[in-house]
Amino acid sequence: MIAIVKYNAGNIMSVRNAVTRLGFESIITDKRDELAGADKVIFPGVGEAGSAMKYLKEKGLDETIISLSKPILGICLGLQLLCRFNEESGTQGLGIFNSDVKLFPPVDKIPHMGWNNFLTMNGELFKDISLNDDVYYVHSYYAEISSSTIATCDYIVPFSAAMHKDNF
Amino acid sequence: MLKRRIIPCLDIKDGRTVKGVNFLNLVDAGDPVELAKAYVEQGADELVFLDITATVEKRKALAGLVERIAAEINIPVTVGGGINSVEDVAVLIKAGADKITINSSAVKRPELISEIASQFGSQCVVVAIDTKLTDDGWKVFVNGGRMITPFKTVPWARKVEELGAGEIMLTSMNTDGTKSGFSLDITAEVSRSVNIPVIASGGAGTMQHFRAVFNNTSCSAALAASIFHFGEIDIRDLKKYLKEENIAVR
Repeated sequence: MIAIVKYNAGNIMSVRNAVTRLGFESIITDKRDELAGADKVIFPGVGEAGSAMKYLKEKGLDETIISLSKPILGICLGLQLLCRFNEESGTQGLGIFNSDVKLFPPVDKIPHMGWNNFLTMNGELFKDISLNDDVYYVHSYYAEISSSTIATCDYIVPFSAAMHKDNF
Repeated sequence: MLKRRIIPCLDIKDGRTVKGVNFLNLVDAGDPVELAKAYVEQGADELVFLDITATVEKRKALAGLVERIAAEINIPVTVGGGINSVEDVAVLIKAGADKITINSSAVKRPELISEIASQFGSQCVVVAIDTKLTDDGWKVFVNGGRMITPFKTVPWARKVEELGAGEIMLTSMNTDGTKSGFSLDITAEVSRSVNIPVIASGGAGTMQHFRAVFNNTSCSAALAASIFHFGEIDIRDLKKYLKEENIAVR
């Protein structure tokens, strides 16, 4: 069973639909025991960092998420909340990844919105994916490149497209 | 490299696609889900669904339709029509919409843009601007283009950006439905004046019109309805053509 973390925003259904299309069962939950009991956890995105973090704290999920040892996949804001400080609403993240999250400098259109390619990528997560494949982005903030970075994309500045550390 | 986007727009009334649809091989050409799947197959980059259902009561069915669409397709979906509150947005996002679009309600109460952005993030707020060239320059119209507002187009575009819009969908009423090409001047001016992506809309009739709007303006995407619905332009052919013209598309 895959648990998808429910929080105060986000089009979680798109993640759930994708998981269903791939043939896996999932639940959407903000209950600590259900997250603890799942085989894998997806921490999805789309939302505003400040209000998302506030919701997680109210439910005590901030501590639950960092304590899990099962595979956890953060997507979009989910990835960003696993980083350190987030410039969006001055939000303190969960600090798994050694990167801050910053607003793109205003030298091109923001949000970075649409289909783009990876600049670099490596690791098991990208099995069967090539640098020519298209990836949809929609974000105004980016995670800096750090030792956890396993894929990068270039828009205004090179940034972390994917990160990996332990089970995260 | 970030690609320019091609976006088909589907008008929905009482849960069905309106404006004639003449797609080949569709079981039910009026079913928005069937049409959406056909566009995904052709390589559409996103889809926009505008609900033009007249009554609030009937519009409640929209969330159910969005759920069906989101379950079937894997590209971003923007939904609009009759959104007046953060609660309206919450229902659609929960059903699976990736972005929402507002128009008249943003003019009526501009703070709505900020309210939605602060809850769901700017990236999901697409403000639609219907504009027409008048004796007083380009002005903003609402209520499906039936009512003029006091707002000039470029200052209004800057204002919605400031309030937290993540994208602008700019429809030129001068060219909408004419198939004579996008309004390049106002599209260029708005795209230049704001730092958020602009979707050009209104007037697409040929593949050359798409080339023109991408080459002459800094718009991020181009939207069209009838030329895609009637199969006059297949998105696969359009993208092949744009690639040959050195325009970056997926």
